[in-house]
Amino acid sequence: MGYSISEILSYTFMQRAIIVGVPVALCAALLGVSLILKRYSMIGDGLSHVGFGALALAAAMNLAPLKVAIPIVVLSSFLLLRISDSSKIRGDGAVAILSSSALAVGIVVTSVTGGLNTDLYSYLFGSILALKQDDVVLSLVLCAVVLFIYIFFYNKIFSVTFDENFSQATGIRAKNYNMIIALLTSLTVVLGMQIMGTLLISSLIIFPGLTAMRVFKSYKSVVISAAIQSVFCVVSGLIISFYAETATGATVVCINLVCFVIFWLFGFIKERN
Amino acid sequence: MAVLKCENVTMSYEGVSVFENLNFEINSGDYLCIVGENGSGKSTLMKGLLGLRRPARGRIIYGDGLMQNQIGYLPQQSAVQRDFPASVYEVVLSGTLNSRGMRPFYSKKEKQLANRNMERLSITHLKKRCYRELSGGQQQRVLLARALCATKSLLLLDEPVTGLDPVVSGELYALISDINKSDNITVIMVSHDITESVKNASHILHIESKRCFFGSIQEYLTSSVSNVFIGE
Ligand SMILES: Nc1ncnc2c1ncn2[C@@H]1O[C@H](COP(=O)(O)OP(=O)(O)OP(=O)(O)O)[C@@H](O)[C@H]1O
Ligand SMILES: [Mg+2]
Repeated sequence: MGYSISEILSYTFMQRAIIVGVPVALCAALLGVSLILKRYSMIGDGLSHVGFGALALAAAMNLAPLKVAIPIVVLSSFLLLRISDSSKIRGDGAVAILSSSALAVGIVVTSVTGGLNTDLYSYLFGSILALKQDDVVLSLVLCAVVLFIYIFFYNKIFSVTFDENFSQATGIRAKNYNMIIALLTSLTVVLGMQIMGTLLISSLIIFPGLTAMRVFKSYKSVVISAAIQSVFCVVSGLIISFYAETATGATVVCINLVCFVIFWLFGFIKERN
Repeated sequence: MAVLKCENVTMSYEGVSVFENLNFEINSGDYLCIVGENGSGKSTLMKGLLGLRRPARGRIIYGDGLMQNQIGYLPQQSAVQRDFPASVYEVVLSGTLNSRGMRPFYSKKEKQLANRNMERLSITHLKKRCYRELSGGQQQRVLLARALCATKSLLLLDEPVTGLDPVVSGELYALISDINKSDNITVIMVSHDITESVKNASHILHIESKRCFFGSIQEYLTSSVSNVFIGE
């Protein structure tokens, strides 16, 4: 205690965390709504495990972590999409196999090359201290790309999410938009892992959308509410974790949980009346 | 040239054929009714015509300049999830997307089209309501309005009057007839209502696993296939 907000914000690592955290939270919330509604929640989770495997490989080979992780995760997202589209039930199992294998490979590689170093540790649980200047720039650029593509295709993403068959039948290339969603998700997952960690990034994607759906009933209002709430949770999570000296990612998730419970109660009471 | 042509089409699921060697073609401005018992493959044929499902054998050919994005479609059952947040307006408006190319946002013209089709189906007062909280018949009308928004030259309807009350069904048949005649939209409709079909349609396709019938209304009425269905 004893720090004022402006003092907190004068720390470089906090500035970096907020500069990266806000746009990543935004992207995560927007994509999360589509992923939940398309029943692709598992994909976010699977991708984060693949991301961890990729980072372990990068660390073992002494390569820049993000530059290795991004292409690998993007490719796996296309693979996961194909698997879960080909059959809903077997798809689930396949996603689980792929994600746990990637995690296992990551752990094996790490233990062979000398145990969990701080970099990997920070990717597993998330760490704002590990953010470097390069990561910040790359993250901002990629977030801007994700946001732009999402807004540009917003209406088509809605249509494909709402009724894929209708879209396809009336001449919208639904499969392409599924790929776009997968691509944007994989970028968001890799960027979000820096702050949230492999284990918790998928909740950053899923929570805001689920929370917004408790109360809001139109797609647009759900998307906007999820976006605002997600940014709020990340910023307040960062600040609270500084005061309370708790892990950032976990703090953000806890705040998301509190929001969810509040919205759920609100929706419940509204339904009652 | 025919708008749509089926050549020896066989549709099947996992190797088991639903119907075999179907041949027919329809021209611009036709109104085709597809009839047949439950499970005879009407919805399956619709999916084939829309390119959602490949025929096991044979070909389905689009002609006369027909493009996929000129088609409007009303599915029999939409796989829309129970908890999907979407307003009626959002759903109807999404029907206009297919003619939009790369433009990211809806134009005034598209919004007007959506509003007009909501009026046609008397759902304007539901505009702001959540789609999933509507009654079955109301939802059906929303999806119809969306289908109309997507229609430029061909309209495919899979049992459009399911869940509609008699008054609205009557209005709907009149509306489809009107769209077919005055806007010169080709209509393909699956229906169990044989009397209405005979009244409005120009052609009938009767699907059976062994022997399918295709012909004009006159030919259908005098054929033996119709007897069981019409009961004369
Ligand atoms: N996804 C599927 N997998 C396997 N078989 C299917 C599938 N969908 C339909 N069938 C089978 O194909 C046959 C034709 O089904 P279809 O839905 O086309 O019938 P329909 O004529 O539209 O019936 P209804 O009048 O009840 O709508 C049925 O025997 C059905 O069991
Ligand atoms: Mg059917």
